[in-house]
Amino acid sequence: MSDVLTFRFDVDGENFTSAGQASVQIKKNLRQLGLPPEIIRRVSIAMYEGEINMVIHAGGGNAEVRVAEDFIEIELVDHGPGIADIEQAMQAGFSTAPDNIRSLGFGAGMGLPNMKRYTDSMDIQSKVGDGTRIVMRVDLTA
Amino acid sequence: MTVRELVDSGAVKAAALPDGDREIEGVYIGDLLSWVMGRAGSGDAWITIMSNVNIAAVATLADTACIILAEGVQPDDGVTEIAREKNINLLLSDRSAYDTAVWLHERL
Repeated sequence: MSDVLTFRFDVDGENFTSAGQASVQIKKNLRQLGLPPEIIRRVSIAMYEGEINMVIHAGGGNAEVRVAEDFIEIELVDHGPGIADIEQAMQAGFSTAPDNIRSLGFGAGMGLPNMKRYTDSMDIQSKVGDGTRIVMRVDLTA
Repeated sequence: MTVRELVDSGAVKAAALPDGDREIEGVYIGDLLSWVMGRAGSGDAWITIMSNVNIAAVATLADTACIILAEGVQPDDGVTEIAREKNINLLLSDRSAYDTAVWLHERL
């Protein structure tokens, strides 16, 4: 674990229009590392969904991407309202996003399901009123 | 067909064409960004009516060949500049999404 490469990002919660900057940046970074395109696609999509969630629901947060030999780990931490019922939030189509977000093409209740779909493992810890921490992992071994 | 060849055909107008040599390999139609991001293929021409700035990030992440705003939709303020900056081809079509896709299908 000594040679883990770590990228850190602040996700700005004020500016919905710039959401995605961290994911686009991590895509570039992973490409520079010469990782397979499909891995890069999965990591950056999962991260983008997480980033959008933090902007919509939590007023921003922090993202950290750790690239190890066998896996890439994405950790997203926010101090937003938390998720009352994680099982419900994981259901495709369940959303608490406001109408103005829906009109932008988001808020269809696909964020968390997509994050799970594009990663090999996903762990959500959330406390109402305190915030949410999500750790996702994409395996690099076949 | 490259994105520039598509523009030169006159079927669409270019709002931003920073990567005109990009080859169009397929077509994807969709407006729900989470859906598009997961399903549009690398090299697809992505046809949508969504015109806000988030389409730039989605096109980058999905690695589409170009965005085509169909039905005469115009990009929101600043989106063209961002597309140019982010190396995203942004095209405009007066046709419907369906007719744009059919037109492309006959030529790809």
